[in-house]
Amino acid sequence: MRVLYILWLRQTKRFFRAKSRILGAIGQPLLFLIALGFGVGSIYSKAGQGNYIEFLVPGIMAQTVLFAAMFFGAMIMFDKQFGFLKETLVAPVSRFKIMFGGALGGATNATLQGLLVLFISLFLGFRPHNWALVPLAVIILGLLAIAIASFSSGIGSFVQDMQGFQAINQFLVFPLYFLSGALYPLQHVPTWLRIVSECNPMSYAVDAMRDVLIGQSHFGLFKDLTVLCVSVVVLVIFGAYRFRHIEA
Amino acid sequence: MASKPKTAISVTNLTKKFGDFTAVDDVSFSVPQGELFALLGPNGAGKSTTIKMLTTLLKPTSGELTLAGHDVTKAKDNARKSFGIVFQDPSVDTEMSAYENMELHAALYGIKAADAKARIQDLMTLVELWDRKDTLVKNFSGGMKRRLEIARGLLHHPAILFLDEPTLGLDTQTRNLLWDYVRKLNHDEGMTVFFTTHYLEEAEAVAKRIAIIDHGKLIALGTTAELTKQTGTKTLEQAYLELTGKTVRDEKADSHDTWRAIHRARSMR
Repeated sequence: MRVLYILWLRQTKRFFRAKSRILGAIGQPLLFLIALGFGVGSIYSKAGQGNYIEFLVPGIMAQTVLFAAMFFGAMIMFDKQFGFLKETLVAPVSRFKIMFGGALGGATNATLQGLLVLFISLFLGFRPHNWALVPLAVIILGLLAIAIASFSSGIGSFVQDMQGFQAINQFLVFPLYFLSGALYPLQHVPTWLRIVSECNPMSYAVDAMRDVLIGQSHFGLFKDLTVLCVSVVVLVIFGAYRFRHIEA
Repeated sequence: MASKPKTAISVTNLTKKFGDFTAVDDVSFSVPQGELFALLGPNGAGKSTTIKMLTTLLKPTSGELTLAGHDVTKAKDNARKSFGIVFQDPSVDTEMSAYENMELHAALYGIKAADAKARIQDLMTLVELWDRKDTLVKNFSGGMKRRLEIARGLLHHPAILFLDEPTLGLDTQTRNLLWDYVRKLNHDEGMTVFFTTHYLEEAEAVAKRIAIIDHGKLIALGTTAELTKQTGTKTLEQAYLELTGKTVRDEKADSHDTWRAIHRARSMR
């Protein structure tokens, strides 16, 4: 436990010390919320779909967590490049704990960033339909964050440099995000797009958030949470497996 | 530790292959407890690969390794507890304070928080960094980082200390200081010290015995006197050049090395 705690603490301290990261954590989702919320929102309501900001906020929260948790893989890259990783690799601690402790820290930061989006969106007029369900939203974000942080640590483990990581990151994160229904409802999209979205685990996290915060669901909360939990297990195993095979 | 094993490091028929390339080729040697031992060799000779295998970072292709009696591949965690290491490149977290780096190490090695506190203060005082304990490591000079790494490597009372080119890029004052600590630790606590260096005068002055490795093979092992006698030369440098030849070697650099080189150049400023 102490090992997990100290590695979690390291990520958390580093997050709060990096002022630019916190600024970035607010800036990007705010831009998405304002540009899309107000830009697309007017057409959305004209099409008879209701309030777009309300629809958008759960998706942007999930997006923020996705992008922020992917950053944990970059941390592993940095640790590799600046040598700190070796300090942990020669320690009498299992590789799983090293990966998982850090991933928990990265996931905590990502979840906090997602909640920050919720806070900001309150000023844009967003209200959860039931405040009592907000803790459940935190759990959903947390699970998503652990899944993505583990996934990115798996990628950070075998990619050799920052450019490679960036390339893979872009190649994976954007499809995960754009094809998740975070920006548009899945009811009316062409069949092929709906099928692609149904195969994307991220869609279920977005849907769960929407269910809990605004009471709209495409798949149903039970299915959402099942897919999310299975994704956590699979991706933690993937991350741990890749991390175990790092040779410095 | 009731019965300390007499052999601190034992290497038997150690081989490491990367595809067709044999980086370390059937190397055997052993280092008794409490000895100051140097491993020398030209760039790319297999020094770093050997240290990486000894410190569990790389799996040997074949051969046996034991540290303080613990098999490095089979009893990994016991082997890991028995050594401290100062890597060739900095391995501290520069975004954390010196003290936080020490605390993290204590937690990784399962040192009780109460014991760790006193030990951290002692060691940081020894390397003259206690008054800078709350400074973020990114504000440290190369020499200060190196001293912090030595203090950190000693935190869990290791029986063996590995130093991989510990004086690379350090000024003369810091180099002398570093070897003074190392000699003192060896003398006072009977710590086994295994180091690599390109500065032959350091090896001559500090090490009791010296191993020379080239093209992955161990080509000589003995005291300076034995090596000079064996080659019919006067100094260790002459003996070394006699054994390894005078051609310059190229070492394959990966992208990490490039990054680190940039980073190091920055931190030297």
